[in-house]
Amino acid sequence: MSQYELDARRLLCPMPVIRTQDKVKQLQKDDVLSVICTDPGVLQDIPAWCRINGHKVLETQTNDYEYIITLEVGE
Amino acid sequence: MSKQIKAVSLISGGLDSMLATKAIMEQGVHVEGINFFTGFCVEGHTHAIRQKDKEKPKRNNSLWVAETLGIKLHIIDIIEEYKDVLINPKHGYGAHMNPCLDCKIFMVNKAKQWMEENDFDFIITGEVMGQRPMSQRKATMPIIAAQSGADDRLVRPLCAQSLPATLPEREGWIDRNKLFDFSGRSRKPQMALAEQYGLEDYSQPAGGCCFLTDESYSAKLVDLWKARGTKDYELDDVMLLKVGRHIRPSQNFKVIVAREDGEGRFLQGYKNNYINMNCASHRGPLALIDGDPSAEELHLAAQIVARYGQGRDAEQVDILVRDLAGNESTLQIKPLAKDELPQEWFV
Repeated sequence: MSQYELDARRLLCPMPVIRTQDKVKQLQKDDVLSVICTDPGVLQDIPAWCRINGHKVLETQTNDYEYIITLEVGE
Repeated sequence: MSKQIKAVSLISGGLDSMLATKAIMEQGVHVEGINFFTGFCVEGHTHAIRQKDKEKPKRNNSLWVAETLGIKLHIIDIIEEYKDVLINPKHGYGAHMNPCLDCKIFMVNKAKQWMEENDFDFIITGEVMGQRPMSQRKATMPIIAAQSGADDRLVRPLCAQSLPATLPEREGWIDRNKLFDFSGRSRKPQMALAEQYGLEDYSQPAGGCCFLTDESYSAKLVDLWKARGTKDYELDDVMLLKVGRHIRPSQNFKVIVAREDGEGRFLQGYKNNYINMNCASHRGPLALIDGDPSAEELHLAAQIVARYGQGRDAEQVDILVRDLAGNESTLQIKPLAKDELPQEWFV
């Protein structure tokens, strides 16, 4: 299991989801990815994308208009 | 064991593509969704930049549709490739800068490529004959099928019975009798079908799914092209056209003024890419300056920005200006009076 970070600041939906989708394609099962965003819409969309595609959201943090979603890659 | 038939469905997030997908899923076909992002897609999120829209749901409707239907969704970034569709549409524009027919042909073609790469069998769209004046007419349906290259692997479940049988129908992969013959702009048949499928919540966008159908947005895009002398753009350009007041006193420069705190926070993200300014002596909005203003024009820009701050009636205000290198300077100016800001400057 490896940990990765993705900077999706300034991007508006659905670009953070697309960047997450493209990054996850390069990762292995059980890898952990933290996505840093500024669009509050990701609080809905990245978890929805994870549910659809079999990944697991481990944690969601909100810090001064930044949103960090940490997910574990599924099958 | 017979082969599992697979279809890829263009999911916009609206009701029609949702129903079309469901109609094919009901026939035992494995369906996955595909959604293309052009940069001009209307999303609740863009509106949600503004404080006043905070109560609106911020969900992405295409993801929500996929989750509701229980299918995978592949969101594809086509921003770069889409430029040629918008700049050189073979079939022209609609009422504004919307190249709807070329756009549909392009997207169906992209879906066809995806279908072939992923060993799927056919493509689904939620098109309804007569629903849209440019792209969804009886005359354009065969054009889309032919020019996209999808030909008879393109199935439009909501109006299939009014069209020639497609390959999936002829091969018996799907039953034509379980498809529909919807036409026209009425939404009643779709709403009845949604009820039949038990779909109670669905998106009903009032202005379509693309900013290019919007008169005000299209005017800003044309203005950008005219000012730059070229019909080109980057994603940041098209994003910024969605935000703030755009005021162009001359071809050299444009002032983008945040209308409220939410837009101000969004524009903050562009501070390193544009000359920007805000009022230092009074509360006021952040503004970006797009273009290459002279010193005099920068002074005018500062007067415009001051007009939107709490010092608008003061004799003098301080405007903090940051250049592209991050150097700060202060301009002491008198804010423009309301009648000194001509309406024709507003893009």
